[in-house]
Amino acid sequence: MFARIIPIVIKEFLELKRDKWARFRLIVPTLVQMLLFGYAATYEVYHVSTAVLDLDHSQESRELISRFTSNGRFDVVKVAQSQREITEAIDRSDAAVALVIHAGFAELLRKGQNAPLQVIVDGTNSNTALIALGYVGTIAQGFAQDYASDLAERVQGVRGMKQIQVTLEQRPWFNEDLNGRWFFVPGLIGTLTLVIIVNLTAFAIVREREAGTLEQIMVSPIRPAEFILGKTVPFFVVGLGEVALIVAVGILWFQVPFVGNPLVLLLGSALFLLSSLALGLLISTLCLTQQQAFSMNFFLLNPFFILSGFAYPISSMPQLLQWLTYVNPLRYYLVVIRGTFLKGVGLGVLWPPLAAMAAIATVLLTTSILRFRKSLE
Amino acid sequence: MNAAAPIVSAKALTKRFAETAAVDGLSFTVNRGEIFGLVGPDGAGKTTTMRMLAGVLPPDTGSIVVDGIDVVSKPEEGKQHISYMPQRFGLYEDLTVDENIRFYADLFEVAAGVREERAQRLLTASGMSQFRSRLAGQLSGGMKQKLGLTCALVHTPKILLLDEPTTGVDPVSRRDFWRILYGLREQGVTILITTAYLDEAERCNRLALLHAGRILYCDTPVALKQRMPGALLVISSPAGRKVRAAIVGQAGVSNVILVGDGVHVVVDDPHTCIPELGDALQRAGVPFTGIVAGEPSIEDVFVSLLENTGKTQ
Ligand SMILES: Nc1ncnc2c1ncn2[C@@H]1O[C@H](COP(=O)(O)OP(=O)(O)O)[C@@H](O)[C@H]1O
Ligand SMILES: [Mg+2]
Repeated sequence: MFARIIPIVIKEFLELKRDKWARFRLIVPTLVQMLLFGYAATYEVYHVSTAVLDLDHSQESRELISRFTSNGRFDVVKVAQSQREITEAIDRSDAAVALVIHAGFAELLRKGQNAPLQVIVDGTNSNTALIALGYVGTIAQGFAQDYASDLAERVQGVRGMKQIQVTLEQRPWFNEDLNGRWFFVPGLIGTLTLVIIVNLTAFAIVREREAGTLEQIMVSPIRPAEFILGKTVPFFVVGLGEVALIVAVGILWFQVPFVGNPLVLLLGSALFLLSSLALGLLISTLCLTQQQAFSMNFFLLNPFFILSGFAYPISSMPQLLQWLTYVNPLRYYLVVIRGTFLKGVGLGVLWPPLAAMAAIATVLLTTSILRFRKSLE
Repeated sequence: MNAAAPIVSAKALTKRFAETAAVDGLSFTVNRGEIFGLVGPDGAGKTTTMRMLAGVLPPDTGSIVVDGIDVVSKPEEGKQHISYMPQRFGLYEDLTVDENIRFYADLFEVAAGVREERAQRLLTASGMSQFRSRLAGQLSGGMKQKLGLTCALVHTPKILLLDEPTTGVDPVSRRDFWRILYGLREQGVTILITTAYLDEAERCNRLALLHAGRILYCDTPVALKQRMPGALLVISSPAGRKVRAAIVGQAGVSNVILVGDGVHVVVDDPHTCIPELGDALQRAGVPFTGIVAGEPSIEDVFVSLLENTGKTQ
């Protein structure tokens, strides 16, 4: 029934075996990107340049500032004397964050009232700004809590006072130290695999069209399904190798813990590979030239990253974009990868994303087969 | 099936690409076991016709019946019996000669033993047996075409469609090629071949002259030659261009064709023209070694038929 899959598979492997460049392209850029992203892309922020303006000159204000300087995250680059100097420091990008303590700060605290700490951040790098703002909040609350309990001790007998402020307790699960790399590297497995596989398969059919070999295949009695599936198998095998390579670098080099079931990850990877290569093959059946395939590839891959939850939280997207993420296999694969790597959850929890990827792969492969006409028109 | 009935029958085929009518109301039949040539200048519609016969390009209108199969409505059924060698045969350049042959054999589900026997015979006939493990990308142009033919013939088709198989092929390879084709004809394979080489056209049983998507003439080479109006004179001269310049427009001269060692002239009446042309050349001071009546080649016939068509259009 599907006997003609085999010659296609053999041919693809032979071509890959002879093509030294293809092998280089499969291994070297993957490793380089993995290392590059693994090191460069991190959600943590250290040494934020900071300007301070203390208009209170009290023991309390100095204590608060010292909490910032003693913490490796902020470097005080400017001790300003006026609000104008603060504005200048931010405008000239000398400082990314400015802290202003107004006169009367200590007095408010001593009365047990809320005392304001003014924070100015340079929003032009909103990522750093937001993360830094988070740290400011944590430090300020730590300060407030300590101060309140000190005060309570000093004012003996008066217990359970409302001044004991409730701190917002940030207690992340699964990645207790909020190690950005642990979060990031598993995500890389998905994104890098998507790029490699779609790139590889998007040209698989167009190249034959351009070389004239497709015309030969069309005049043979091969069925579209045999041709498409014959193309699928070799890329699937190659893709599994890629995933193994990236996972190995993540675990052995970046020391990301893997606490889940490897078989669940394998299943998820297999389904994700099928969806990615079906996507690539679909691009290939739609395009007439490699140039078109290249542009289409370029056009499609970015939305896949953005709408995956890799870098931007899906829950913060407008509703329309959130709906779009449901047809993105990368979204589901990231859930499976993070679930198996960091949480160690199994099929009981991960079956919905796995089923979603299986559905996407089926639809895309079927569409490719139906789209592939044995006709030059 | 009646053996005398034509194996290919195309009726009123039309194919348009945007504004151009690549094929414009084409009708012809090919008899079982003959070599049928489609001849015409570039852009005449030869490739488009072949693709429609091969079932990879649906015609806009018209019908094609190949060995009793309606190729337009059931292209997949025709593919079992047809072998089509496109103008640019797509070989996998990273695969060896043997691997290419094996791939195409497998696509047609040819058994390994049969494949090996055929590959050996075809490669020997084309003088390529010693290159079987060479990568296809490293073969010369002529060898690539011969490998293409081998791949196309590794399953036994009833009909072989060859689109300009010898374009860019050296003369020795071309002879090999034709020897293989004659061998196939003896085995009963019907061959449809397009060519831009008019000397090759002479080797066909029947020819169709294609121009702008239409068949102008379709007949045996001998009959076509008889259709040529007038007679052919051969003027031998080392200065063909000067000869042409001197005699174009002379009374009774309808066509002047440059050839390697002089010119061929189509004239109304050779008896009056031979002395007249001799005089004209002498007056113009053009050197020539002789003017004799000659047997027209297919090239002469086509050029003159095409020119006449151009004049009447
Ligand atoms: N795929 C196509 N798209 C647009 N025009 C085409 C296409 N194929 C052929 N043509 C046009 O149709 C005409 C006939 O082409 P073709 O059949 O290739 O001629 P030939 O093989 O005799 O040189 C030419 O004018 C050519 O430009
Ligand atoms: Mg052509």
